[in-house]
Amino acid sequence: MTEVKTQSLPDENGHFGVYGGRFVAETLMEAVTELQTAYEQYINDPEFIKEFDDDLKHYVGRPSPLYLAKRWTEHVGGAKLYLKREDLNHTGAHKINNTIGQALLAKRMGKKRIIAETGAGQHGVATATIAARLGIECVIYMGAVDIERQASNVYRMKLLGAEVIPVESGSKTLKDALNEAMRDWVANVDDTFYIIGTVAGPHPYPVMVRDFQAIIGREAKEQCLEAERRLPDALVACVGGGSNAIGLFYPFIEDTSVAMYGVEAAGDGIETGRHSASIITGKPGVLHGNRTYLIEDDNGQIIETHSVSAGLDYPGVGPEHAWLNDVGRAEYVPITDEEALGAFHDLTRIEGIIPALESSHALAYGAKLAKSLDKDKIVIVNLSGRGDKDMHTVAARQGISFS
Amino acid sequence: MSRIKQSFETILAENKTALIPFITAGDPHPDFTVSYMHALVEGGADILELGVPFSDPMADGPVIQHSSERALKHNVSLADVMAMVRTFRKDNQTTPIILMGYCNPIEIMGYDKVAKEAAESGVDGILTVDLPPEEAVEFNTKLNEADIDPVFLVAPTSTEERIKTICSSATGFIYYVALKGVTGSSELDTTGIKDKIDLIRKHTTIPVGVGFGIKDGATAASVSKVSDAVVVGSALVSKMEALKDQPEKITDVVRSFMAELRTAIDQDI
Repeated sequence: MTEVKTQSLPDENGHFGVYGGRFVAETLMEAVTELQTAYEQYINDPEFIKEFDDDLKHYVGRPSPLYLAKRWTEHVGGAKLYLKREDLNHTGAHKINNTIGQALLAKRMGKKRIIAETGAGQHGVATATIAARLGIECVIYMGAVDIERQASNVYRMKLLGAEVIPVESGSKTLKDALNEAMRDWVANVDDTFYIIGTVAGPHPYPVMVRDFQAIIGREAKEQCLEAERRLPDALVACVGGGSNAIGLFYPFIEDTSVAMYGVEAAGDGIETGRHSASIITGKPGVLHGNRTYLIEDDNGQIIETHSVSAGLDYPGVGPEHAWLNDVGRAEYVPITDEEALGAFHDLTRIEGIIPALESSHALAYGAKLAKSLDKDKIVIVNLSGRGDKDMHTVAARQGISFS
Repeated sequence: MSRIKQSFETILAENKTALIPFITAGDPHPDFTVSYMHALVEGGADILELGVPFSDPMADGPVIQHSSERALKHNVSLADVMAMVRTFRKDNQTTPIILMGYCNPIEIMGYDKVAKEAAESGVDGILTVDLPPEEAVEFNTKLNEADIDPVFLVAPTSTEERIKTICSSATGFIYYVALKGVTGSSELDTTGIKDKIDLIRKHTTIPVGVGFGIKDGATAASVSKVSDAVVVGSALVSKMEALKDQPEKITDVVRSFMAELRTAIDQDI
C-alpha cells in the first residue's frame, strides 16, 4: 500500500492523485476561485470556526452519540457493532453539518441567494433549513423523477420557504439536478452561493465538504477511545457521492490499523447492470467538475443508475474515495437493495432504530463484516440518516400504499 | 498554416467578420449532418463548429441540451462525429471545422487517439468546454503535435490574470462568451463586449470571436463591429428543432439563415 498522508492532499488545484481537479467551463472559473479564496480565509478564522461549532452544538445537537448496538451485535454474532448516530442530528441526517458550514460561508461572502441540488431530498431539506434560519433566499433543484418518489421531502422544503424547481432534462434525477444548479450558478454568480451536498464537484468542494463533515470521524474517534480505550478495527459507511463516508474516514486515514469500507449500492445486483456502484464497476472520467470513477458507456456518456435509496443513486463518486480506493487505503464493497432492506428491518426490530435506506447499505455490510470477525473486534457503522423519509419506499416493496 | 489561421487571414484581409455557426452533430438525425454542414457553407459560413453530443452538457441552455439529447437517441459518438467530418472533407477541403464538446467522451477515447484521429478526419480545432487551461496541459500537447488548434473560452467574469493564462494556451482563435449564463441566454451588452475584447487583445494577436446571445441579423451585425468572428448557436439550433421531424427540410432553412446573417454582417462594415 502506498504511504497515506492526508496533509499533502489535495494539491493546490484540488487533485487527489489523478482524481479531483477543476473541470469547469471558463464561465464558472471565477466563481470557483472566489469560493476557494473565501474558504481558505474562513476555515482558518477562529470566529468562523466558533460560529460553526456553536451551531453544530446548539442547532444540530452535536456531538451525536456513538451507540453500542448490543442486541444487534448479539444477533449478528461477531465483532462489537457501534453506530455513529448521525440520524439524531437536526433534520435527521449528516447533511446538515455541511450545509451549515457552507451557509455560514455564504453569509460571510455577502451572498443573498443559496441554491442546491438534491436527490433524496435530504440535502435539499438541510439547505432549506439553514437558509430559513439565516433568512437567505433558497432555490432547490430536484429531478422530476425524484420529486415523484420523495414527495414528503419536497413538501418539507416548501414549508421551509424554499423554491423547488423540477429538472426535466436528461434522466431527471440527481445528476441532472446538479447540472441545472451549475447552470443557475453560472448565470447568477454575483449574488448566489451554490451549496453542493457531497464531496464531488470542482475544487474546493470535495475538500470543503469533507472538512465540514469530518466532525463525524473526530467525534467517533474520541468516543471510541473513551468507551473502549482503543481505536476501532473497522469503519463502515455508505457511499453515493460519499460525504458521510469521508466525514467518518478522514480523521482515521493515517491510523492504518483501522480498516475502512465504503459501501456502494449494488441495486438489483452488480451483474444486472442496474446499480450505482461507481468505484466497483466504473471507469475514471470527468463529470461535474472533477475526475473520478463514473458509470458510463463506451462512448463516455453517463448511464442512468439504480438504487432503492435515492441518496446513493449517483453515477459518480467523490474524488478522494477514488484515490483512497486506488492507493488501497479503503475498500469499496457492494450491497444490493435486498440486503439493505434486510438490514433496515433488522435494525428497526432489534434496536428500535429506523435507519435511512442509504445507511441500511452500511448496516448490511457492517453485519457481514462483524460476523467474520472475533468478538473482541470493534466495528463502527455510520448511521448517516433516519428512515422516516423512506416509509413509502419500504411499504411499496411490501405492497402497501398509504394513499 | 492551419485552416483556421488561413481562413481568418483571408476574411480579415477583406475587412470582414467571420461567421461561425454551431450545430450539434447528429441532430436531429446523423444521416443529415453533413448536408447541413455544406448548406451552412453555401449560406455564407466561414468556419463550422460541430457539437459533440454529451449526456450532461452543464454549460448549455435548454436548446443545446435538447439537441444533444436528440443526437444521443441515435447514439452519436465522438468517433461518429469524426466520421461525419471525414465525409464532409470529400467535398470541402477548405472550411475549418472546430469540434466543441465536453471532456468525458474525449477522456474515454484517450487524448492521443482523439488528437490523431481528429487530425486524420480533417478536424482543425477542438474546444473542450469543461477543460480549462490548467487541466488541459496534456491534451494541448497532443493537439499541438497533431496540428490541431486548442480553442478556449473567455468569460465576462475572467480576470486579466486568467485571460493571460488562457491566451498563452490557445491557438486558432479565442472564443469570448458574451453573456453570464449558459448558451441561449438573452440580453447582449455590446459596450461591455468591446472592453473585454480590448483586454483580450492586449494579451494575444490571434482573432477573437464572440458567441452566446447572438440571435439574428441585428445582434450579429452589432457584435461583428467589435469582434473578428460571430458565433451563432442556439438561434440556429432552435430553427432546426422546429423541424426536427422533417430533417430534410432543415437544409434550406439553415442555408437561408446563414445568408441572412451574412448579409447583415457584411452590410454593416
